[in-house]
Amino acid sequence: MDLLEYQGKQFFAQYGIPVSPGEAVTTVEDAVAAAERIGYPVVVKAQVHVGGRGKAGGVKLAANVDEVREHAGNIIGLDIKGHVVKTIWIEFASDIAEEYYASFTLDRSAKKHLGMLSAQGGVEIETVAEEDPDAIAKIWIDPVDGLTEAAAREWVLAAKLNPDATDGAVDILLKLYTAYTEGDADLCEINPLILKPTGEVHALDAKVTLDGNAQYRHEGWEEYEATQVRDDREQAAYDKGLQYVGLEGSVGVIANGAGLAMSTVDIVNQVGGKPANFLDIGGGANAEVMAGALEVINNDPDVKSIFINIFGGITKGDEVANGIVTALGRVKIDAPIVIRIDGTNAEEGRAILAEHESDMLQSKPTMLEAARTAVELAK
Amino acid sequence: MAIFVDENTKVVYQGLTGSQGSFYGLRNRDYGTQVVAGVNPKKAGTDVDGIPVYATVAEAKEATGATVSCVFIPAPGVKAAVLEAAEAGMDLVVVITEGVPAQDEAYFFNKVKRDFPGTRILGPNCPGIISPGKANIGITAGEIALPGGPVGIVSRSGTLTYQALYELKLQGIGVTTCVGIGGDPVPGTSFIDCLEAFEADPDTKAVMLIGEIGGSAEEEAAEFIKTKMTKPVSAYIAGVTAPPGKKMGHAGAIVSGGKGTAAAKMEALTDAGVKVGNNPTEAGELMVEIVKGL
Repeated sequence: MDLLEYQGKQFFAQYGIPVSPGEAVTTVEDAVAAAERIGYPVVVKAQVHVGGRGKAGGVKLAANVDEVREHAGNIIGLDIKGHVVKTIWIEFASDIAEEYYASFTLDRSAKKHLGMLSAQGGVEIETVAEEDPDAIAKIWIDPVDGLTEAAAREWVLAAKLNPDATDGAVDILLKLYTAYTEGDADLCEINPLILKPTGEVHALDAKVTLDGNAQYRHEGWEEYEATQVRDDREQAAYDKGLQYVGLEGSVGVIANGAGLAMSTVDIVNQVGGKPANFLDIGGGANAEVMAGALEVINNDPDVKSIFINIFGGITKGDEVANGIVTALGRVKIDAPIVIRIDGTNAEEGRAILAEHESDMLQSKPTMLEAARTAVELAK
Repeated sequence: MAIFVDENTKVVYQGLTGSQGSFYGLRNRDYGTQVVAGVNPKKAGTDVDGIPVYATVAEAKEATGATVSCVFIPAPGVKAAVLEAAEAGMDLVVVITEGVPAQDEAYFFNKVKRDFPGTRILGPNCPGIISPGKANIGITAGEIALPGGPVGIVSRSGTLTYQALYELKLQGIGVTTCVGIGGDPVPGTSFIDCLEAFEADPDTKAVMLIGEIGGSAEEEAAEFIKTKMTKPVSAYIAGVTAPPGKKMGHAGAIVSGGKGTAAAKMEALTDAGVKVGNNPTEAGELMVEIVKGL
């Protein structure tokens, strides 16, 4: 779950990481009121789940009330790479002496936490990694030991920050590590981490991705959930608890299991079609879940055919077939359906479907044949 | 022979008294697995269809000689359950539960590796392990697998694993052991761990590997195959056409920053001499050819 910048800063603040005072607002009037409270100069920043805000005109400095009014008016409603700005963040503008980069994430190869720190901040870390890999000081942290102050200090020295920043950086990195681990984040990134002319170190931006699996042990995550960007199809699927990713094509895809669903999307592409979505109905494909999945797909106006790909393991093919038949009785489907059922009790399943076969519902024995038929029907 | 588990393996189920635990625990017993005990501190002294329930894994081990634990505990309790099993000296802890926080996984993986090096974790979020005809620990439907050999399977995906087992069965090809390592960010057992075990197992003559987008586990497996394996391998990678930045169901299945693409994984595997199929059926057919040539 990706947080917006202002949510990330509020998250950081809970762990004592210094961030600029600011307010999140949705109207020009509120922006003006916030700026008057905060004091000038302020920065007006678009809050979107996408990078490249500055280049798109989504970050502006305002020295007075007229400039706040002007910039807030321009930024609210601005389209940044398909994300329309609803919320802006007004914060006190910081004086910057130097810009650094700091982050924690999981290194899946090493199976340890990876901290990255660089004196080259304010630019994309991927670019630094490519052009000047030695400019990034890395530290691998065993989750059992955690990050000690001595290790943090050594790491900061290795990154060759301005010596004035050492103590402040060590303090922030220790707090950032706590935020990352205790806060159940997949990623905590500060870019830029700044050194002010007055010597303080400060988080000027916040990029935080939280681990949705840990929501049960954190209060207040519903608020973050509410600002996640989903299209109508994704929202409908989310409301039904389905694993759904919207794509651009015309073949609706329903499968059981993430791997099989991904594989189904692949095979539709391989035979010359374009999948409309990825949808994993999970292990037990009962009528309820199948009906919900069919509703979500049916509400997508681009869908011209539906490919249901089920492999019966523990879930029996005949039970799945009965589920589909029951679901079809509940939901009126506009696009023709092609079903492939294989695995446990597949023959019994196909026999059940055979009684209901028509132009709108056909069963194919293999994944490849079913994909070809579905793609043909979508043309 | 088989790897990690066989007909002599005695298994304790943590969470046997729950709905999932009892359903699959009894199913695994029906398959022939030696399901010797369950664990639930509140229900010690009771039994589930004749399987005795103990308060702790240590007590279950003491009473039954179990060496493997299978975890069906809900996600919030998995960290404590895994550490308890490791402390009790289990050789293998199979964690079926999905939705375990990544910070917990990172912690117990490293804790067990350091303090209980004799314990292997499999999963979390995996279908388990089956040595067809001998033992089935987890949620795989035993009847879709043909016992015997000569193929070993290792997979990051559940349903695609079943697909692979079934395709091989239709072709009359048996499987020594099929290991589902799971799709989470910190899998306890890696592709390489399984490849190493299959390479050492005299009854396994060829290996089928099923991977998916995200991370670099398949690339690392390719390097291992290239430098350390003598047995032929076929593979399939799911997610060839997955859009970057979108999580496809599994926590691990995401292409980010141009890393972890299916194309890169397929190239690395092909370069290591692996026969890579474009879909699960093709990978199965490639395995049929490999087996014919053995």
